[in-house]
Amino acid sequence: MSILLFSLAVFGTSLLAGFLGAMTGLGGGVVIIPVLCLLFKVDIHYALGASLVSVIATSSGAAAAYVREGYSNIRIGMFLEVATTLGALLGAYLTAKVTGNWIGIIFGLVLLYSAWASLDKLHDVPQLPKPDPLAMRLNLKGSYPENGTEHEYVACHVSSAFGIMFGAGTLSGLLGIGSGAVKVLAMDYAMKLPFKVSTTTSNFMIGVTAAASAGIYLSRGYVLPSLAMPVMLGVLVGSLIGARVLARTHVKTIRIGFAIVIVALGAEMIFNGVTGRL
Amino acid sequence: MSGGKEYSLEMAMGRMLQTGVTIAALVVLIGGVMYLAQSGGSPRDYQHFHAATPATTTIGGILTSAVHLDPRGVMGLGILLLIATPVCRVLFGVVGFALLRDRLYTAISLIVLGVLLFSFLTNR
Repeated sequence: MSILLFSLAVFGTSLLAGFLGAMTGLGGGVVIIPVLCLLFKVDIHYALGASLVSVIATSSGAAAAYVREGYSNIRIGMFLEVATTLGALLGAYLTAKVTGNWIGIIFGLVLLYSAWASLDKLHDVPQLPKPDPLAMRLNLKGSYPENGTEHEYVACHVSSAFGIMFGAGTLSGLLGIGSGAVKVLAMDYAMKLPFKVSTTTSNFMIGVTAAASAGIYLSRGYVLPSLAMPVMLGVLVGSLIGARVLARTHVKTIRIGFAIVIVALGAEMIFNGVTGRL
Repeated sequence: MSGGKEYSLEMAMGRMLQTGVTIAALVVLIGGVMYLAQSGGSPRDYQHFHAATPATTTIGGILTSAVHLDPRGVMGLGILLLIATPVCRVLFGVVGFALLRDRLYTAISLIVLGVLLFSFLTNR
C-alpha cells in the first residue's frame, strides 16, 4: 500500500470513528485504537499516541458549541482537573511499564464497560437534601437555565468524585482515550450534577487531561506525526459532523448498533491481548 | 453559570480553544499535504515500535525541523499547537480567577498548570 493510500484509508476510518464517537458521546479514540491495531496492524503505542492527539482536537473543537449553551462549570472542571491530570501522569508513566498485551486487555475491558454505559439511560440523578460541606467550601455549585427558569445545584460526594477522577485520568493516560464513560460515574452518580452540566464540563476536562499525558507520550516517541496527521484530521472532521447530526436526530438505533461494534472490538482486543498478539 | 463575568471568562476560553484547534488543524493539514507530495513508496513500518529521534520527540527538535520545512516537522508543529490549546485554557483560568479575585481557584488553576508543565519538562 502506498503512503497516500494508507493515509487516505486511515483518514476515512478516523472520520467514521469521530462521527460515531460524537453520536454516542464516547469519543473517537475508543474506536480508532482497536481499528489501528487490529485492521492496520499498527503498534499499540503508536495507536495510543495518534488517538491522544485526536482526543485533544475533539475536545477543543467541540468547545465553541458547548460554551454557547453556557452549562459548563469552570470551577468544578478546574477542581477535578487536579485529579485527572495527576492520574494522567501516572497512566502515561505506566504505559512504559506495562506490556502492549496488558494495555490491550485493559482497553478491551474499558470498551465493554463503555458499551454498557452508552446504553444506560441518560437521566438526572436527584439531588441529595443536604449538600456536601466540602462542596460549599470549594464553591462547587452553580445554576443552569431550563424551560425559562434557573435551576441551582451543589456537588455531592466531592472526595469520592475526586478519587474516581484520578482513576479516569489514569485510564486516559494509559489508554490514550478521553475516558468520558468514567467521568459520568464521578460527575453524574457521585456529584449528582445535572446531565447537561456534567457533559459539557467533562468535554473541557478531557482536553486538559489528555494534554497532561501528551508531554510524556511525545518524549517517548509515541506520537508519530505521519500517523497522527490523518487520524487527528479524520476524527476532528468526523466529530464535527457527528455533533451537527446529533442535534437533529434520534440516535437510539445508532447507539445500540455502535454498542455492538464496541463489544466486538473490546472482545477482540482482550482475545489478542490474552494470546499475546499485540 | 452564575455571574456575567464568569460567563465572559468561559466565552473567552471557548473562543481561544476554537481558534487554537483551527490553526493547529490547518498547520497539520499543510504539513500533511507536503508529506504526501514528497514521499513515494510504501509507508514506514508502524507494526513495530522503534526508538524515535529528537526531531520528533522534543519541542526544540520539532521546531527546528519545522523551520527547515521538513513535512514531519510541520505536522509536529501543528500537533504541538494543538497540545498547547488546553494548556492555554488553564492559563486563562489562572488569569481569569485572579481577575475575579478568587484566590482559591487561582491557586487550583496554578496547580493544574504546574502538573501540565511538569509533563513537558520531565523526561519520560
